[in-house]
Amino acid sequence: MNSLFPSIVSRSQSSGLMNFFVPIISIVLTLITGSIIFVLLGFDPIYALYTFFISPISSTYGISELFVKATPLALIAIGLSYCFKNNIYNIGAEGQLTMGAIFGGGIGIFFHDTNAFWLLPLMIFAGAIGGALWGLIPAILKTKFNTNEILTSLMLVYVALFILDYLVVGPWKDPFGYSFPKSRPFSESGRMPLLFDGLRVHFGLIITLFLIFVSWFIFSKTIFGFQLKVSGYSPKAARYAGFNQTTLVFFAFAICGAFAGIAGLAEVSGPIGLLYRDISPNYGFTAIIVAFLGRLHPIGIIFASLVIALTYLGAEDAQLFLQIPSAVGFIFQGLVLFYLLGAELLINYKLTYKKLL
Amino acid sequence: MSDTILNIENITKSFPRVIANKKVTFDIKKNAVHAILGENGAGKSTLVKILYGLLEPDEGNIKLNNKDFKVNSPAEARKQGIGMVFQHFSLFDSLSVKENLILGIDEKMSYSDLENKLENISSRYNLPLDLDAPITALSAGEKQRVEIVRILLQDPQILIMDEPTSVLTPQEVESLFVTLNALVKEGRTILYITHKLEEVISICDTVTIMRSGEIIDTSSTANQTAKTLATKMLGQKLDDLKTNYGHIKDEVNFEVKNISCNFNDPFLTDLKNISFQVRVGEIYGIAGVAGNGQSELMDILTGENINIKSGSITFDNKKIEKYGPQKRRDLSISFVPENRLGHSAVPELSLSENILLSQFPKNNFIRNGIILKNNVDDFANNVINEFKVITPGNDAKASSLSGGNLQKYVIGREISSKPKILIISHPTWGIDAGAEHSIRESLIELSQNGTSIIVISQDLDELIEITHKISVIYDGNLSKPFKTSEIEIEKLGLLMGGKNE
Repeated sequence: MNSLFPSIVSRSQSSGLMNFFVPIISIVLTLITGSIIFVLLGFDPIYALYTFFISPISSTYGISELFVKATPLALIAIGLSYCFKNNIYNIGAEGQLTMGAIFGGGIGIFFHDTNAFWLLPLMIFAGAIGGALWGLIPAILKTKFNTNEILTSLMLVYVALFILDYLVVGPWKDPFGYSFPKSRPFSESGRMPLLFDGLRVHFGLIITLFLIFVSWFIFSKTIFGFQLKVSGYSPKAARYAGFNQTTLVFFAFAICGAFAGIAGLAEVSGPIGLLYRDISPNYGFTAIIVAFLGRLHPIGIIFASLVIALTYLGAEDAQLFLQIPSAVGFIFQGLVLFYLLGAELLINYKLTYKKLL
Repeated sequence: MSDTILNIENITKSFPRVIANKKVTFDIKKNAVHAILGENGAGKSTLVKILYGLLEPDEGNIKLNNKDFKVNSPAEARKQGIGMVFQHFSLFDSLSVKENLILGIDEKMSYSDLENKLENISSRYNLPLDLDAPITALSAGEKQRVEIVRILLQDPQILIMDEPTSVLTPQEVESLFVTLNALVKEGRTILYITHKLEEVISICDTVTIMRSGEIIDTSSTANQTAKTLATKMLGQKLDDLKTNYGHIKDEVNFEVKNISCNFNDPFLTDLKNISFQVRVGEIYGIAGVAGNGQSELMDILTGENINIKSGSITFDNKKIEKYGPQKRRDLSISFVPENRLGHSAVPELSLSENILLSQFPKNNFIRNGIILKNNVDDFANNVINEFKVITPGNDAKASSLSGGNLQKYVIGREISSKPKILIISHPTWGIDAGAEHSIRESLIELSQNGTSIIVISQDLDELIEITHKISVIYDGNLSKPFKTSEIEIEKLGLLMGGKNE
């Protein structure tokens, strides 16, 4: 007789090909599970999936929106790769994004009646600094006091959100804003230039592609990228090699924070144009899924960001046309992550049913 | 025979590459402390894991009280009356003693029953316990007491203790011995796994000596001395000696002086006032049974640990004890730690990439932070060819190589840069005979070309074959050096067993 519950046994060799297919398999399984959910809710699954995944991108405007959503996701995800490759679990990108928006947006508010070519670069720079500084807090706590970065970075998200809250209802409130919790709008030169007339896709996309390329170069060609990788795979080997792990932790957090900060600034100076409470629909958290779905690889992250951006758009359309709560978008994101982690486990381990006596 | 509790007959267990137990046969008498003595890798652990249901023997029978004994899990072994206390504790640190005890026993029991039973056990066997204390707050000796009590709650006939004193202070050892005596007086039997000669003589009644998976002897400890035990444990190892001292210069180029280091961790061995000198071209061996401070010393020699309490390391007239690994490599010191996978090499990376773990000033691997891949690949190919590493190519992952091939590759990487000194730990641990031979040869050749070498190893054959001088590390103390050509095996065995007249 076999035992009822399988036990998990390590595979001696994991398949390289499967490694590549895991993201695709997870997406297919997500679609299947999604259709089942739609059926249970009483919808025709084909129509529902069409509304969710095809109709949002069947117009030029829709495709532009896809890029608008994918831009921050990809940028944050590539930043997170610096941490994840080094086995540092920075969960606080949402807070680093918020801080970037506050620092960069603060410059925008201060110069709200200035129109000059240097304003946007200054805001981007300030956004990067804000995010990096916020990212360095868990780095310092981790290296000096050995705290768990998962907890500290996550808690700092809420601190950052409350700071933003305070600023937009307090000192930075728009004096002409009828007491709404929002800041003054930035001046025209403090806004991300649009790439096409009438579409919202903006210069942030170019910045993101550039930083993804730079990151690809760092990961594959430089000794710094190599050090991140070694220290992630085996801290002991990194110590043997003489790599300074404290420095690596600091760099990983600072770079990730800076990228998330730029993403935050790009949001407020791009589609939004001012600071208010809800600048990000959890981009900083969702980017964690993007990073893993893209297997921490620059090209993979580009594709993953488009897939996940689609769940945001699909959720909006589903709410509009099917009267399904838009939270269904988060269900899809959760399903992708769930299947991804499950498939990942099965790459390295197999289930066996032990024989009982 | 009525006074025999356990008959072990013809137990054989083999693993890929190695036979851990070869037709092991002996009896264990009831109501006694029975020692199993042997070096690391002699097969002691395999044997007790079979008894405790963790491993299945390939062949052979075990009889408990003259009845066939066959178990598939520790839980079954406990049910049949065999309990085991491991060298490493398996306790939940954040839970209290009481909670750990409740969780650890197989049958269901209420707290009040438990407390009654415990009171009885504590007073009978000299095992005082604070039931409400969290495990984190306990010393190693107290944790061990919890483990012993947990096993005693199930009333075993036979108690297996695996190297029980390795994490204890001398006072704790004494109180453990009081407990063991009380247990034996009650009619229980203790199987005592150790490599410490002194303990065998002071508390054990019978001793079984194992070497390379075989039983060498089972006899009463009454007519044994530390010396006779040492000889049996190590065997005759002075057969072929081919060390050549001619090329060694008088000049000392590496000197360790009075290094002490406290770790405050029961699983690490504090280093006590370690001093030694290595001359140019000399191979200096450090012998000892595992866990006596070797890896702690290695970390200090490589610079992976620079937090020493006192002492100094001098190389080429420079004080280097505060230098990290890279700064030491810059001075042409190279090192190979014991563990290949995850320490001297990263299994997930390619052979080429693994070259970059250890860079010397002569290597031209990086310009302005960018890796010069062609140079790294060339270097990797050179190492592969020169040291006859069997692999499909430099882009194969390190994990795909056999232990011997990877070790040849790592050592090749380290000695290709012709270091002034090579510090190497267990150079041939766990690899096949062919690779072993070629590694030893390349070490000897390297020393003849003027490189000093420090070899830390548990393998006495190896040390005697390749070194010029040997000292022994025991419990964090390093003995004075002996010339390998004049050394007496008996003396070495005594030092390794902690006996120093």
